[in-house]
Amino acid sequence: MTTRSMLAAASLAALVAAAPFAAIAQGTIRIGMTAADIPLTHGQPDQGFEGNRFTGIPLYNALTEWDLTRGDRPTPLRPGLALSWEVDANDKTRWVFRLRPGVKFHDGSDFNADAVVWNVRKVLDREAPHFDPRQVGVTATRMPTLRRAEKIDDLTVALYTSEPDSLLPINLTNLFMASPKHWEAKRAGAANAEAAWNAFAADPSGTGPFRMARFVPRERAEFVRNDAYWGAKAKADRIVLLPIPEANARTAALLSGQVDWIEAPAPDAVPQLRARGMRIETNTQPHVWPWQPCFVDGSPLADVRVRKAINLGIDREGLKTLLGGLMVPAVGTVQPGHPWWGNPSFQIRYDPAEARRLLAEAGYGPQRPLTLKVQISASGSGQMQPLPMNEFIQQNLKAIGVNVEFDVIEWNALFTNWRRGCRDASARGAHAINVSFATMDPFFAMVRFWDSKMAPPVSNNWGFFSDPRFDAMVAEARQTFDPVARDAALARLHAAGVDEALFIWIAHDVSPRAMSPRVRGFVQPQSWFVDLTLPYIQ
Amino acid sequence: MGGLAGVAAPHRLGLARPPAMLTYLARRVLYAIPIALSVGLVCFLLVHIAPGDPINAIVPADAPQELVDQIRRDYGLDRPLPIQFGIWLGRVALGDFGTSLATGRAVWADLSVAIANTLRLAMTAGLIGFVLGCVLGGLAGSFQGGAIDKLAVGLAVTGVSVPHYWLGMVLVILFSVTLGWLPAMGAGPGGSSDWAWDWAHLQHLILPAVTLSVIPMGIVTRTVRGLVAEILNQEFILTLRGKGLRRWGIFLHVVKNAAPNTIAVIGLQLGYLMGGSILVETVFSWPGTGLLLNSAIFQRDLPVLQATILVLALFFVALNLVVDLAQTALDPRIRRG
Repeated sequence: MTTRSMLAAASLAALVAAAPFAAIAQGTIRIGMTAADIPLTHGQPDQGFEGNRFTGIPLYNALTEWDLTRGDRPTPLRPGLALSWEVDANDKTRWVFRLRPGVKFHDGSDFNADAVVWNVRKVLDREAPHFDPRQVGVTATRMPTLRRAEKIDDLTVALYTSEPDSLLPINLTNLFMASPKHWEAKRAGAANAEAAWNAFAADPSGTGPFRMARFVPRERAEFVRNDAYWGAKAKADRIVLLPIPEANARTAALLSGQVDWIEAPAPDAVPQLRARGMRIETNTQPHVWPWQPCFVDGSPLADVRVRKAINLGIDREGLKTLLGGLMVPAVGTVQPGHPWWGNPSFQIRYDPAEARRLLAEAGYGPQRPLTLKVQISASGSGQMQPLPMNEFIQQNLKAIGVNVEFDVIEWNALFTNWRRGCRDASARGAHAINVSFATMDPFFAMVRFWDSKMAPPVSNNWGFFSDPRFDAMVAEARQTFDPVARDAALARLHAAGVDEALFIWIAHDVSPRAMSPRVRGFVQPQSWFVDLTLPYIQ
Repeated sequence: MGGLAGVAAPHRLGLARPPAMLTYLARRVLYAIPIALSVGLVCFLLVHIAPGDPINAIVPADAPQELVDQIRRDYGLDRPLPIQFGIWLGRVALGDFGTSLATGRAVWADLSVAIANTLRLAMTAGLIGFVLGCVLGGLAGSFQGGAIDKLAVGLAVTGVSVPHYWLGMVLVILFSVTLGWLPAMGAGPGGSSDWAWDWAHLQHLILPAVTLSVIPMGIVTRTVRGLVAEILNQEFILTLRGKGLRRWGIFLHVVKNAAPNTIAVIGLQLGYLMGGSILVETVFSWPGTGLLLNSAIFQRDLPVLQATILVLALFFVALNLVVDLAQTALDPRIRRG
């Protein structure tokens, strides 16, 4: 055997030996999620937005969707399974959606207007045979005005709202289209609709860029690329989702090579991760970590001067240092440069002198110190690091003569209290509540807090804020159907909210995730979601 | 050795008369019913007394009240608590643990998998802890005051004092992150659904099992040490030695005398291993009952919570019964009839 043939044989042997590893290395991305279970896979995921991120968007499409392909701008809306939409000029509660032709579900059946009607009925029509109460909670709340759907032709559908609502196209990003035909097949072998949905969840069929290949409840879900996808096909061959709720366990899993990507590493693990060559991806998120004031009589925060003083008394840059840089200082519900930012005259900054002046003007000082009570949690989804963050703020405010007392309660209980309002006994006399929230949708970012009709028990106007001027601005925004004009109306609403200091704005999350350097192509958008078609393993 | 027949070797293997034992067994099984009812009731009440709302497992807090009320009705959570408890109890009596509020899956489907995973972990941890505990305790009791005794006592005290979730993290940092020898989490390369007793799966079991074994190891070591030391100081051992019985023969007598109490402690520890592994399972993402309970608590998933606690409590009751029977079998003085 010549030297050359020996080398060739050795190379071939090495290639054969490495083949199983190469198959994994080329395209399987293993992701450690923060959830304790695989989010529901039947098309309307639970587990908050982590569910939409990992078992909604990859497996399904909605009529409208977020463009997650760039990280340098607020995430815009783009056509999904609908190519275009418009409100009926004569009836502002009727929207017409034109659907994308040629789209097929994973089971091979056609996506069409019948499928849209079927998917609307699954959560809104209690008489529908496939109505599933379990999907209502996570869906109907995100499309509060949608009432029904009506087929016009195979590729055109009309959607009806309870009142004129320009926000419907944004809301519809949360309604994922499941395959009616596949569900019917499951129903044929199931005792009832609930059992059929369970069978569907174990073997789902959507139109998304990935198909589910394996599902082990509580342990893992494996997706493979949908090569028949109507849009840009995924670069990765396979995605493996692993629920790892404990932050240190996620970090260890990444460092030991068991996963390629983890969500929300513990902030104090970031230097170690960086030192081991891991990449930390962050970006501004549509998220606010605020104190929401109580506006009822007797609350010191009913006085705008006090609210402004508190806003000026917080050293957000110091807080950012405390968190190892993993936050963006919040000076409003959205950030400067966002289409809804507007032009507020009140500039939120760290200015203790001005804060003291405003407090003195409001009648507070050394002789009459201000004491605030705030309900906070010790942990919770989206709550970042609530205890050290609140203690930092407590020290800041002490420096301007404000004493802060915390009522620390369990996250689930705090969430429950949030919709009961500050007049309820559950508030225990608190003047503010610390519940973080998402701001992708104007309803959830502003309307539910600043519209007087949203006071408890209707929604989350916890502080019972009521101002006819704001009610009018909300109505104007919801009834302005040109997207540019609607954004302008929302910007006026936001600017007015900042000028009235309707929140104590403190931080925006940056949604940190840590990745092996082998993960390439990932884009961290300014969104709770990510586009899993983009990353791949090198 | 013939002279030994005259020595009253205090404990002999023997069983209680079958009718008495059967009566005892039937009575203990009957006792389990009120225990199960009480556990179910206490668990049900505690979950409802705790602040927070189980409806949050199904709808976000920003859901309109009308929707919240509707879903509360759909799930029967608007009914009076005694009726809710009665309905749950009736279903459980028929073997139906209901469906999870959070996932909609049958509770038993998830719980049975979790129990199997926890059994694997608990049995392995028990094997490590009990064997080490018996060996260390036996040596320490036999050589009281010596270096072996001090070492064993030191290990035992460390075992019961070290928080096991902390130890778990240290082991992960050492063996997974730094050395890369063992996986840091999970129950196998493909999850626990295709579990096999092969190296690919066993390597996932080692760190959680070792972590979980330190407390029972410490407790069993201390127990066995005390028993062995006490038995070795009894007069019958002196007599056995005087009659010329060799070390191995004496060892067997010590084992027989120490076994009933040791088994009682081991039984209790096995129960704790089954029910007390929440933190370890969370640290290692081991998909057992501990992790299931953990997520059910945070999600206020009442059906999962109640079923898991009830099954673990019944397991504890059954384990105690087995321990009692084993003790009786080993020590006829402990009559259970």
